[in-house]
Amino acid sequence: MNAPLSFLDRPNSYIGRSVPRPNAKRLLNGQGRYVTDIVLPRMLHAAFTRSPHAHARIVSIDVSAARQMPGVRLVATGEDFARICKPWVGTLDHFKGMKSPPQWPLPIDKVVWSGQAMVAIVADTRAMAEDATEAVQVEYEELPAVVDIDAARSTGSPVITPEFGDNVCFRGVLDTGGVDDAFASACHIIEEEFRFARHTAVTLEPRAIVADYDPNEPRLTVHHATQTPYQFQDLYSRHYGIAEASVRVVAPDIGGSFGMKLHVYHEDMAVVGLSMMLGRPVKYVADRIESFVSDIHARDHRVRARMAIDAMGTILAIDVDDVTGIGAFSAYPRTSAIEGNQVIRLIGAPYRLKNYRAGLQVVFQNKVQMSQYRAVGHPIACTVTERLVDLAANKAGLDAFEVRARNLIRDDAYPCESPTGYRFEALSHEVCLAKLRTMMDYDSLRSEQRELRNRGIHRGIGIATFVEISNPSPAFYGVGGARISSQDGAIVSITPSGDVRCLISVTEQGQGTETVIGQIVAEHLGVDRDRVKVITGDTEVTPHGGATWACRGAGIGGETALQAANKLKANVLSVASAILQDHAGKLDIRNGWIVDASTEQQRIELAEIARLAYFRSDTLPPGTQAQLSVAHHYAPQGYPFAFTNGIQGCHVELDAETGFVRILKHWVVEDCGRIINPLLVDEQVRGGVVQGLGAAFFEECVYSETGQLTNGSLADYLVPMAFEMPDIEIGHVETPTLDTQLGAKGCGEAGTAAASAAALNAVNDAMAPFGATISQLPMTPARVLKALGHI
Amino acid sequence: MNEAVNIRVTVNGEVRSHSVAPRETLADFLRNALELTGTHTGCEMGACGACLVLLDGQIVHSCLIFAVQADGAVVETIEGLAQRKAIAELQEAFHQRNALQCGFCTPGVLMTAYGVLARPGVPSRNEIRDALSGNYCRCTGYEAIVDAIETAARRRAEAAAEPEPETAP
Ligand code: FES
Ligand code: FES
Repeated sequence: MNAPLSFLDRPNSYIGRSVPRPNAKRLLNGQGRYVTDIVLPRMLHAAFTRSPHAHARIVSIDVSAARQMPGVRLVATGEDFARICKPWVGTLDHFKGMKSPPQWPLPIDKVVWSGQAMVAIVADTRAMAEDATEAVQVEYEELPAVVDIDAARSTGSPVITPEFGDNVCFRGVLDTGGVDDAFASACHIIEEEFRFARHTAVTLEPRAIVADYDPNEPRLTVHHATQTPYQFQDLYSRHYGIAEASVRVVAPDIGGSFGMKLHVYHEDMAVVGLSMMLGRPVKYVADRIESFVSDIHARDHRVRARMAIDAMGTILAIDVDDVTGIGAFSAYPRTSAIEGNQVIRLIGAPYRLKNYRAGLQVVFQNKVQMSQYRAVGHPIACTVTERLVDLAANKAGLDAFEVRARNLIRDDAYPCESPTGYRFEALSHEVCLAKLRTMMDYDSLRSEQRELRNRGIHRGIGIATFVEISNPSPAFYGVGGARISSQDGAIVSITPSGDVRCLISVTEQGQGTETVIGQIVAEHLGVDRDRVKVITGDTEVTPHGGATWACRGAGIGGETALQAANKLKANVLSVASAILQDHAGKLDIRNGWIVDASTEQQRIELAEIARLAYFRSDTLPPGTQAQLSVAHHYAPQGYPFAFTNGIQGCHVELDAETGFVRILKHWVVEDCGRIINPLLVDEQVRGGVVQGLGAAFFEECVYSETGQLTNGSLADYLVPMAFEMPDIEIGHVETPTLDTQLGAKGCGEAGTAAASAAALNAVNDAMAPFGATISQLPMTPARVLKALGHI
Repeated sequence: MNEAVNIRVTVNGEVRSHSVAPRETLADFLRNALELTGTHTGCEMGACGACLVLLDGQIVHSCLIFAVQADGAVVETIEGLAQRKAIAELQEAFHQRNALQCGFCTPGVLMTAYGVLARPGVPSRNEIRDALSGNYCRCTGYEAIVDAIETAARRRAEAAAEPEPETAP
């Protein structure tokens, strides 16, 4: 019992501690309040008639029969919305030359993907609305569908938006120079073509929205299953011409989002308009098939990549070309160019790389929109880089760990900059690499692998280093003209009973935002965690802020809460000093008591200060005005992004007869800076890894040649299930950012960023004795068999 | 054939009489008519397990059963299990282990776990993963869920092995 006291032994020391989530208990009792559950008085239900064609001109729409169907209150078409809703265009100014056509809630003259919402029906029940969708008569003139990314760019291809002249949304180029010379002098050149399927978020709760327009004031209240209520407050206000302060967006419990629920969807915009047309609440919940055909899809890349190395296995240059298919327009308001942009900017990021060239083409096609989903661009960049590095290792006769040890940016080299202009404050690749090797017991795994190969058992080991973008500044969206905040705001108050309320703009989707904010506020204020109530997700209650995306909740939201709590503490101590007639600097707060800072002796209870301040201000010394609420905003300064890093390992067993791969174990070492709650960080990482493994082995939106999604159900689209998933061991390295007092960076995307890369390397390692390779995700059994030459 | 049908179902210990449309699923009936929104729907085709309930003691997909088929039956939902403290140790283990994130899968997962714990002995991790093969969770990656069920099963087995305490606590 003589262990030295650690910082965790101090009272109210919560940062760094694994504490469970107070708000999880409700969910464990079936008492969640999701948008799907919300019922309002006089509420009606919306359903949509959808386009059966991937590309067609709308010749005529006849809704007369639908209007006569039982329970139907309103049938609305594109023209009805165009009268009240301003169109939107998914471009950002800092992507020069980017183009995208204007969008309305429902199409006016043509449909551009199969499943696009065409006509809206509002009825007394969802079932009645669905019945009426079938009574809508639309005459289409089919147009040739643009499906394949190469066909889309070929001369003579039909152009989806003829005014643009071609199907290219955006072209990006990066070039440090020196690439051709490096390739000319290289000892080995590695070349590979990678394909990454479209997949999608498949949140268990589909998209859901209840819009309630009250024409009297007027005011609009929207219960919206989204990560970003403020963004939608702004959009509903501007596109429907309602004063921003009269628009309230509430995001209650959300059944998963992962980036999918922060984009503008046509149905969601339509529901707001429908409520305005009717002056009644209107609810829309996507069913699973609607989710598959209308939620954003992710990835969809073909990358051709080359790497030049010298005889020692040193990376000399990388040259890549990424083509990504985004659907018929760029998503709004974050656009569909961020994904590809991050791919080309993150390739090679962990390595000492000087010569780099990348081309990016973002291509329109007649499919549903592709846009940001967890770990935007990262898995593509990581897979391309890490597979090239493994191929380089093979050429140079090096082990996977050795080639990385030779090329990773040294831990003492910071600050430094990537060839693509990313500035790294401090990363820890070398420590992480060494730690992973120990955790995996790599040498034993290799000897076991050799032994098992002799017995015809084919195991593979793959590793993948990664760099992750977190805590984005306005460099992400703000500079491009998007009204997406990179700052957060909090209001922290002492209640009359001496409890604490924190209203904050970051939001909760189950990752533990409210818990983490509560830990920070409790520790910095000096009160018990149980006395802090954190409230999120309501634009009428919390100050405007960026909310939760791109791994900013803990880093930026957490720093906001920390600074707000410090301010409030100073206010409390100033009142206490007036009451106690002592210097504020000699006082502190511990366990809800004002104490003598040096002796910790209790002087007056926080609740007593609050009682006096709120109810007996007459007894306070003259001139005392107690400020027991503070509003505080924090915007990241310093580095434009807080980069994090880590490395993953994957161990698989290949059945060469069937092409099935069993994932035996997965490891992650990651460095997200200061860890606020290890329990929550680990579960973010695990959840992220499994989404990455889903992309590696199962998930794919399969389209026919005519642009029909052929597997839009949970029976046909494979998601990772418990039995196929391995146990995942996690190790941490902590390199706090010095840009904030808190020092936290993001961790939510780390798992997804490198899991598929590690898996691809592991499968290739398992196939090595057969002389086979694979470079396409997902690695379905059929593709594995094909790679093995069996089919 | 859209005439409403009268049904009588015992739900969470209470007899409920309702008129329902023949096409209404048990899941929709529980959620909409009885406001038992702890039962969720994620696929409405028997693939995700968000809608699991107990029907006459069997764990079933309430999205695949019409409400009229439950006429005369005994149904128990997550709310019922929670209220009669039948899953208290599972809930505690899930809470401590953070075996849920968004919580949308959780009621269904707890139904499965309740079924696992009803069997004698402590299941292996593989058996737990196998039992969960009809529960889709997008958030957790499953490991924490497996851990929590394992912990609860072990505690239950330990408690069963201990002699009864002489006095109530
Ligand atoms: S909703 Fe019943 S199994 Fe998915
Ligand atoms: S916790 Fe979100 S689906 Fe399981």
